[in-house]
Amino acid sequence: MGAVLALCGAVSQGLFRNPLADPSLIGVTGGATLGAAAAMALGAAALPALPVLTVVSLGAFAGGVAAVLLVYRLATDSTGTSVATMLLAGIAITALAGALVSLFEFYADNALLRRISLWKMGGLETGSRPEVLLALGVTAVLCVALPRHGSALNALLLGESEAAHLGIRVGRLKAILVAWIALGVGVSVALAGTIAFVGLVVPHVVRLAIGPDHRYLLPGSAMAGAILLLLADTAARLLAPPAEIPVGILTALVGVPFFLSLLRQRARFGMVAA
Amino acid sequence: MSVLLAARGLSAGWGGCPVLSGIDLQLGSGEVLGLLGPNGAGKSTLLRAMAGDLAPLAGTLALEGRTLADWAPEQRARRVAYLPQASKLAFPFTVHEVVMLGRLPHDAGRRADEAIVAEVLAWTDTNHLASRLYTLLSGGEQQRVQLARVLCQLLHRAPDEPLGGRLLLLDEPSAALDLRHQQLLADTVRNLAARGCSVVLSLHDLNLLSSLADRLLVLADGECRALDTPAALLTRAFLGELFGTELAVQPHPLKGYPLVFPAL
Repeated sequence: MGAVLALCGAVSQGLFRNPLADPSLIGVTGGATLGAAAAMALGAAALPALPVLTVVSLGAFAGGVAAVLLVYRLATDSTGTSVATMLLAGIAITALAGALVSLFEFYADNALLRRISLWKMGGLETGSRPEVLLALGVTAVLCVALPRHGSALNALLLGESEAAHLGIRVGRLKAILVAWIALGVGVSVALAGTIAFVGLVVPHVVRLAIGPDHRYLLPGSAMAGAILLLLADTAARLLAPPAEIPVGILTALVGVPFFLSLLRQRARFGMVAA
Repeated sequence: MSVLLAARGLSAGWGGCPVLSGIDLQLGSGEVLGLLGPNGAGKSTLLRAMAGDLAPLAGTLALEGRTLADWAPEQRARRVAYLPQASKLAFPFTVHEVVMLGRLPHDAGRRADEAIVAEVLAWTDTNHLASRLYTLLSGGEQQRVQLARVLCQLLHRAPDEPLGGRLLLLDEPSAALDLRHQQLLADTVRNLAARGCSVVLSLHDLNLLSSLADRLLVLADGECRALDTPAALLTRAFLGELFGTELAVQPHPLKGYPLVFPAL
């Protein structure tokens, strides 16, 4: 999961040409959370034939895709895609999704409420066999599919029309990448809830260490993300046994101060505010 | 001289509203065409239409007889390279990595890529910057690096190959350059053109344009006002009317091409 989140983070930072882009900042995580909550509240009743896991995953995926399309549409006009608008739209979508999730919680009974809120905190404690298989499958697919676009993502950093002049089919590339991000984030949210800041911080650290070349950044981020989340999860299990602190809380607690210090130091590494 | 790029009745613009209309032009191989005109005349729009950014709203624009849109993106990228007015790369790539991005459309192999990159770094006097971070360079240095990237996109397999059938589009390439690097740019453009590469460039420096261009396309309000040699067009009367200001024109003391001065 850590690998998936970090990969999706690295790809969205490249896609939006902004080192601050992160699935949770541009509304994908919010949308996926809403989709999953809706699936938990309504889906299980509506589609009793399917296993709960599938319904929640589908809901999260659909929510993620809807959010990313909406944000992208809002931020794009004839002159191109504005990153600032995209971040603002992402904040708005996240707020809207948060409100709707609260609405579901308000009308939920006690059991469902506890399930939604525990799951929102993010955790890896429930690892049933099909869940692990789904996670492994998606991780494997993304680890193979995304690094293939490394060179194209490098070109995209020059700007969309510059990438087109280098022979990249930009429209198709963006559609493919957005679909992969939504899949990765959707499944990850469905399985583990919202695990904050892995997608933002890991690519940042890796970029500082080995440079912004996506051909190395993507596999590097995947590995570092996996290691980081493994450490965070181990810490979450060890800190207060036998209880297990939801790992999403831990990554946010560590990630936010780290992120703020990155913001202050960006200029030193030649990062210009976008 | 064979025709590389042909525009017929070309209109182009953003959001369906034409900035440019009725452009007729035939660009030969190895020809250097200068775009001249006041701010907002449509110079950048014409360059972006030639680069394939903007589909023609009316008329046609064909590279070697085939409409730009009919070229596969990978194929077109090996023929046409475009340097925009401003670049907005905000990630800390090294200069070498930025220039190497220009090799993306090619599969000449690592050795040829490195040889070509080394050569264009020399052309643009950016050798000594190769391992620096692009984001920490000055504006003029960044412009030279972007120029190097665009130049190495035009080369296929070797730095000294003939360059027929290729088109270099430069939008204000000298805006941030000091005098020495302006001269270096002019030398590079002349050298490429002599090897068969066609060049279209817009410059506000009339004297640099006058020394470089075989022909000038004069744009005003999105229309073609004139298309002729610098010697025929760079006259006091024509320029004064075009730019709405008093100017003086003298031949260059050594080379003879027209030089333009403000008549204070």
